[in-house]
Amino acid sequence: MQGQAFQKIYTKIIKLNKATCTLKAEGIGNEELAFVDGRPAQVVKIERDEVTLQVFQGTEGIATDAEVIFTGKPPTLKVSEQLAGRFFNAYGKPIDGGPEVDGEEREIGGPSVNPVRRMQPSEYIKTGIAGIDLNNALVTGQKIPFFADPDQPYNQVMADVALRAEADKIILGGMGLSNDDYLYYKHLFDNAGALDKIVCFINTTDDPSVERLLIPDMALTTAEYFAVDKNEKVLVLLTDMTLFADALAIVSNKMDQIPSKDSMPGSLYSDLAKIYEKAVQFPAGGSITIIAVTTLSGGDITHAIPDNTGYITEGQLFLRKDTDINKVIVDPFRSLSRLKQLVIGKKSRADHPQVMNTAIRLFAEATSAKTKRDNGFDLTDYDERCIKFAYEYSEKLLAIDVNIQVDEMLDTGWNLFSRFFDKNEVGIKKEFMDKYWKADAK
Amino acid sequence: MTKGKVTGVVGNLVTVEVNGPVGQNEICYIHLEKEKLMSEVIKVKGNIASTQVYESTRGLKVGMDVEFTEHMLEVELGPGLLSKNFDGLQSDLDTKEGIFLKRGEYTDPLNKDKKFAFKALAKVGDTVKAADWLAVVKEGWIDHKIMVPFKFEGKYKVKSIVSDGEYKVYDTVAVLTNDKGDDVKVTMSQKWPVKMAINHFKEKPRPNKIMETGVRIIDIFNPMAEGGTGFIPGPFGCGKTVLQHAISKNAEADLIIIAACGERANEVVEIFTDFPELIDPRTGRKLMERTMIICNTSNMPVAAREASVYTAMTLAEYYRQMGLKVLLLADSTSRWAQALREMSNRLEELPGQDGFPMDLPAVISQFYSRAGMVHLDNGATGSVTFIGTVSPAGGNLKEPVTESTKKAARCFYALQQNRADAKRYPAVDPIESYSKYLEYPEIKEYFKKTISEGWVDLVLSAKNWAQRGKETYDQINILGDDSVPVDYHVIFWKSEVIDFVLMQQDAFDKIDSITPLARQKVMLELVMSLCEQNYKFDSFEEVTPYFKKMINLFRQMNYSEFKSDDFFNFEKEVKQLAEERRAK
Repeated sequence: MQGQAFQKIYTKIIKLNKATCTLKAEGIGNEELAFVDGRPAQVVKIERDEVTLQVFQGTEGIATDAEVIFTGKPPTLKVSEQLAGRFFNAYGKPIDGGPEVDGEEREIGGPSVNPVRRMQPSEYIKTGIAGIDLNNALVTGQKIPFFADPDQPYNQVMADVALRAEADKIILGGMGLSNDDYLYYKHLFDNAGALDKIVCFINTTDDPSVERLLIPDMALTTAEYFAVDKNEKVLVLLTDMTLFADALAIVSNKMDQIPSKDSMPGSLYSDLAKIYEKAVQFPAGGSITIIAVTTLSGGDITHAIPDNTGYITEGQLFLRKDTDINKVIVDPFRSLSRLKQLVIGKKSRADHPQVMNTAIRLFAEATSAKTKRDNGFDLTDYDERCIKFAYEYSEKLLAIDVNIQVDEMLDTGWNLFSRFFDKNEVGIKKEFMDKYWKADAK
Repeated sequence: MTKGKVTGVVGNLVTVEVNGPVGQNEICYIHLEKEKLMSEVIKVKGNIASTQVYESTRGLKVGMDVEFTEHMLEVELGPGLLSKNFDGLQSDLDTKEGIFLKRGEYTDPLNKDKKFAFKALAKVGDTVKAADWLAVVKEGWIDHKIMVPFKFEGKYKVKSIVSDGEYKVYDTVAVLTNDKGDDVKVTMSQKWPVKMAINHFKEKPRPNKIMETGVRIIDIFNPMAEGGTGFIPGPFGCGKTVLQHAISKNAEADLIIIAACGERANEVVEIFTDFPELIDPRTGRKLMERTMIICNTSNMPVAAREASVYTAMTLAEYYRQMGLKVLLLADSTSRWAQALREMSNRLEELPGQDGFPMDLPAVISQFYSRAGMVHLDNGATGSVTFIGTVSPAGGNLKEPVTESTKKAARCFYALQQNRADAKRYPAVDPIESYSKYLEYPEIKEYFKKTISEGWVDLVLSAKNWAQRGKETYDQINILGDDSVPVDYHVIFWKSEVIDFVLMQQDAFDKIDSITPLARQKVMLELVMSLCEQNYKFDSFEEVTPYFKKMINLFRQMNYSEFKSDDFFNFEKEVKQLAEERRAK
């Protein structure tokens, strides 16, 4: 590593475009951080003595004689306990008016965990939201995105999840966050008295979009510090990964790469996986759980961004408006938590899996009954009861404003079954029926 | 030995100026300040070699030294591979230090200190050639054959062979003399380039046997042949991995090799956690004792993804040479294709469809063709059965990887979103999926001999019922429940019986998750006899509850121990129920 005193200053740029500049320089390492006229930039290509730099803020106003200084190292972050309670930009510089953080300097985007050193996730994260805890239980070390249209209140739901999750640290990586949403998070964390366990890396819509590419690595380097060095349970929130992917597409386009599906770079899967796979449960007790947001356009999950995300993450949480109750619910059909079977019925009451499946099955039957009604066919008494059940199930359990304990969710489920159905219509194992069926509920 | 200097870096593509001859796919090491990074030559132009680095290229500089090895990517073969967890380049993951993978750390695949009980098969004076069995050692419960190294050409005479006893992997166990009179020492280990097939056998016949998997929708409806090939495409969340894991737990193979290629690390952790606990129902041994894992998860270096599937295939072929039945599972081959696409893109090759390289279909079919059953020169038979998963973008089966694979593989297990949404698992589409082996005369003959004369016809008839049920269902939906003849409801419900009782299977239930072929035979025959029967109903409203009851009884049968009292009682009840409504 070169020391500050020996830094060489280059002043001869030979190629410029909107996002990159190229100059002649020697002894430069791949992915090294540099400053072009004071703007941070990173080496993306070296060809003999020609070095191409990606300038994060764009090259507007950069002249061919601009000063280029190489730092001799890739982007880094100083990590220590001092990170807690602070707000930073994409380069890890404080934006809350506080002092610079002192600590060990670490490269961001470091190596992956050896798979044989991982542990199978097994700790139930309780959020109070029944659409999540009951139907799609989250587990520490999991990675899961919200799939939501831009008009859904995903930032609010995510904030609720974060504050109730009993994590030791919450790390927010905001990419293309509107200033209003940024202030929302700031006030919320403040009011909840949770500031001391929060670390935020924020790129707002005011900031250059390419800077976003640094946010997940900054957030996850911080997460690894707390999870590995301090054995803490860390929750990482990344919003919005669609804007992150858009920034990837811009860069790859400027680098003349051939786009694949939906104009996204061919490496999208690997780029996203590198981030999401940082979610891990360590044997020593520390863990990194990632909850992200992927905004959809018109609910289309076949678009390259949600599609690749779905192949990487361990399920997805789907928000939609239920017009019957006029509230946003966690869609029980399209949502999935792949790790739920590691905890439900094991870390919760034994009847949990059956209650969950039965309620979803009856909700599905209500949906077909509604279709039948819409097509002008007569409804049977059973159909009518399914529809009534679905209304209350939506209202009391699926809606995102629900905040109750898991046992209460299960009791609510039993209560609804007993009110609307006969014993043989429910089809739950006899031992649970004997224990929980509420004969007097009707 | 050729040396070179780095002249350029973009992503994991590094160009090197060389001072001597280099070969396509030759392995070289780039020297950084502290570590050496393995990379592979993928293009040569003049004295510039383009190489793909199997690691992160962060910090690489122009002018760094490169040393070439004069060989392609090789794996090391020998006793002690079993039950291990390797990365894509065959480094033993368990002997790597620390929580995080270190760049440039390559660990030995074989344990050089472990001793194996050696028993000679060849005698002094025997004439041998490449792949002939010299000796046998105990590797766990497997009789691991020590073979004449595959690279040896021509005939050799056994000059000496050590007496039976305990030896280490790198001890000299035999000396062979070639026809020029030169002596060559042989140890228990040898190396072989992964991109080359190991072809030391007499012939590769058409598959003529079934490989039982215990999964009904495969064994009954779309059987996999021993030495056959198949693939499982499906959108995310349809249960590709669960199905592959179910196959790996139950399949009738001596050895299972799982290549986790570009998929989730937690899924591999599940295997690490479960397999040492689970019992192989056939042998009573721990599943891990017959399993090997090649693991290049999605966050591990992209270039090593391609290597990982070839490494897995080469290991499978190695054990095939010992006369073993090997099942190779790769999850997912799409990630490998994507790795090829990234590299082709950086090489600025003209792209084919969706940006994939033009030779993708050829690469895939060449890989699938390495599977197969073989008759070895010594009369033994070994096989590699290969099942890969494909992750089609957007769940659309008309994309290049799925289409190329469809041309290469003989079985197609299409996972369907609708079935997964309806929680009908395994979500294998009963109508789109196929097994070409069902048409092979050899396989038909096999069924005739081992199961029954009319087995294939019975299977085809069950498939036909499923198809009819689907068509009838569409009509009921269009016309309404009461506007179609009652018979339509009966046909639909018969297909539902086939679906619920035979096609669906509970992968998480101890008994239902594994159905031996003998039991599948009983169930298929019983279900079909009830489907062929005519039923009498007065109105359509009676049909649904009646068949729901029938399905429920059948499912209780599926959940009961085969031929237990419960099993027979439920069977009796089902038959009684059918009798009640029998139409004359």
